[in-house]
Amino acid sequence: MTDATTQKLSLYNFWVAFGSFALACFFGMYQVLARSGMIPAVQSPAVYFASVSTHGVLMAFVLTTFFIMGFGYYTATASLREPIWNPKLAWTGFAIALGGTVLAAIPLLLGKASVLYTFYPPIQAHALFYIGATLLVVGSWFWCLIMIVMLMRWKKSHPGQAVPLPMFATTTNAILWLWTSLGVALEAVFQLLPWSLGLVDTIDVGLARTLFVWTVHPIVYFWLIPAYIALYCYVPQAAGGKLFSDELARLAFLLILLFGLPIGFHHLYMDPEQAYGWKLLHMVGTFAVAIPTLLTAFTVIASLEIAGRRLGGRGLFGWIGALPWKSPMVLAAILSLLMLVLGGFGGIINASYAMNAMVHNTAWVPGHFHLIFAGTTITMYLAVAYKLWPKLCGKALVSEDLALTQLWSWFVGMVIMTTPWHVLGLLGQPRRISSVNYNSVLTLAWVPYELAMIIGGLILLISGCLFVYILYKTQAEGTPARSVEEDYAQFTQASGRIPGWLNGFTVWNLLILALMALSYGYPIAQFFLMKTYDPTAWGY
Amino acid sequence: MHIDTLEKRWLYVALVMIFLFLGAIFYTAFARNVHPPSHVETIDSASLHLSEEFAEDKLGVQPKPLADGTIQVKLVAGRYGFYPRQIEIPAGHRITFRMASMDVLHGAHIPMTNMGTMLVPGFVSEVTTTFPKPGEYPLLCNEYCGLGHDHMWSKVTVVAADNWRAPTTGETGHD
Repeated sequence: MTDATTQKLSLYNFWVAFGSFALACFFGMYQVLARSGMIPAVQSPAVYFASVSTHGVLMAFVLTTFFIMGFGYYTATASLREPIWNPKLAWTGFAIALGGTVLAAIPLLLGKASVLYTFYPPIQAHALFYIGATLLVVGSWFWCLIMIVMLMRWKKSHPGQAVPLPMFATTTNAILWLWTSLGVALEAVFQLLPWSLGLVDTIDVGLARTLFVWTVHPIVYFWLIPAYIALYCYVPQAAGGKLFSDELARLAFLLILLFGLPIGFHHLYMDPEQAYGWKLLHMVGTFAVAIPTLLTAFTVIASLEIAGRRLGGRGLFGWIGALPWKSPMVLAAILSLLMLVLGGFGGIINASYAMNAMVHNTAWVPGHFHLIFAGTTITMYLAVAYKLWPKLCGKALVSEDLALTQLWSWFVGMVIMTTPWHVLGLLGQPRRISSVNYNSVLTLAWVPYELAMIIGGLILLISGCLFVYILYKTQAEGTPARSVEEDYAQFTQASGRIPGWLNGFTVWNLLILALMALSYGYPIAQFFLMKTYDPTAWGY
Repeated sequence: MHIDTLEKRWLYVALVMIFLFLGAIFYTAFARNVHPPSHVETIDSASLHLSEEFAEDKLGVQPKPLADGTIQVKLVAGRYGFYPRQIEIPAGHRITFRMASMDVLHGAHIPMTNMGTMLVPGFVSEVTTTFPKPGEYPLLCNEYCGLGHDHMWSKVTVVAADNWRAPTTGETGHD
């Protein structure tokens, strides 16, 4: 039974997340229309780049951060069976993050921060944008602190016991986020803020890019871990089975924490300011971090197979048909894993040191991350919302069938939209253009794919609105339902004593420190050792 | 720690896969010398027009190839174009592009080829490749550089090696 404080805290965080999500879906729809060039009346680079900047910030930073905070507060109380430690601090973090979001939204919507969600200098946005984004991150640090304190207090009062897997994974994510956000925090405090406030005239662009990629790769694991928590802790149970292995699940989360961090340079493969040895080093880590994902795919599919066979599935593939496809959580997991297979394949191409040159900054890249992030990750967020809403509101979900329709349409829309992007990327279309203006024979081949993109976008917009409608309808008009105790997945293998290194983070933090010093020490120091020529600010 | 036999097998499969991928990449990197542009070389972007290498009259295809026969092309990227706007190069020859940005971040990419690099103000980007097929290629900017970004492109004409003549003006070979 979740207490009223947690319910309120989680719901507030979730509504900021999903409100931003719905708004960002409309921006997305505008972008596919404008970019296709089929309706000249809506075309405007100024509007397009303001829109794509807002869409990116809302989806990647606002939706995720608030969802993760809301889910984390719920998971901590439900799995530890303890109230939130220091709710006042939690509300303070929420207020700071929300205030930051509003501050950043003002210049974004006024077209004063059309710097895209990567805000690469020396193109400069209004100072409020950097201030707001920084506050969003600072607010999320309050959440990290609360998760870590709750885990430590629980371990103290339960000596020798294994921390419940959902909380262990949530705290892994909190620690991951502290390490991850440090890079962009350094960029903001020492570079972007003083520069945008006019305190300094120039900015070291090479250093800024290096600090930015420190954050920009592991941030995707910050987004992905909640989806993995649902795959490990909710899906086996929802399918009618058990989780294949508890210890390997912990190891998978810890390996993501360790290998997810020191690998940002695969975003800089094509950059001139880092030497190739460092790029190769980061590439090895990039491939290593595929291992926990491969383990996850195995464990989750094995858990589903156990469930399918229990439900009477026979033969090599019969168990797939026997799965409860009518359960939103199970359906979401299946669709999510399907997109993970496709997106993971594309990711290996992006990660490949030299092959990346063919697709770098082409439409392939948004195709890839829409499949993995908006597909795999967000689909699990949607399923988590469907599962938690009755527990947070005390009301039964208004319609499971509507939820299933919503999940299917999100999947179909995402496949229809991202397939042409992958093709366009291979044909060389740059990712960040507002329309196609090149007068070249080669680019004529791009035209037919634009229509598919619009259809995909439209399906996604309808699906996104349907999602928010279901949540609103449940909360406002649902029939009261008894809130039940959270039932996390059980394990097939009775886990005896968990070794200490799978139940805490000290060793892992030390390993991360060593790997980060190795991977980023010299590449950052070089900007202070060599003479760099720092440009002044440019508008856009 | 307890690991199931099936899990162990899968872990081995996963590890073998990863080592195969990494092996292929390390092979091409060191045996075939295939690397992305990683030329840590600084330059003052604010005064490219005064520099020895990137002044206006030094740009474009260089009249004299390098000692090993590689043809050098020097380009400046700026909002919104790659200058000079048109160049002609021979098919089947090694071409080295040396490029610098005079303002913000840009990306250079010739679709369907290996020619691609980021252009970061303050740094020189260098990339070497060969174009096997003659034809008209667009050189596109693939990093957002301002509201005119959509229009940032230049023309690269690849002609059969027999029909190509080195230009007569511009910087003399750079060895």
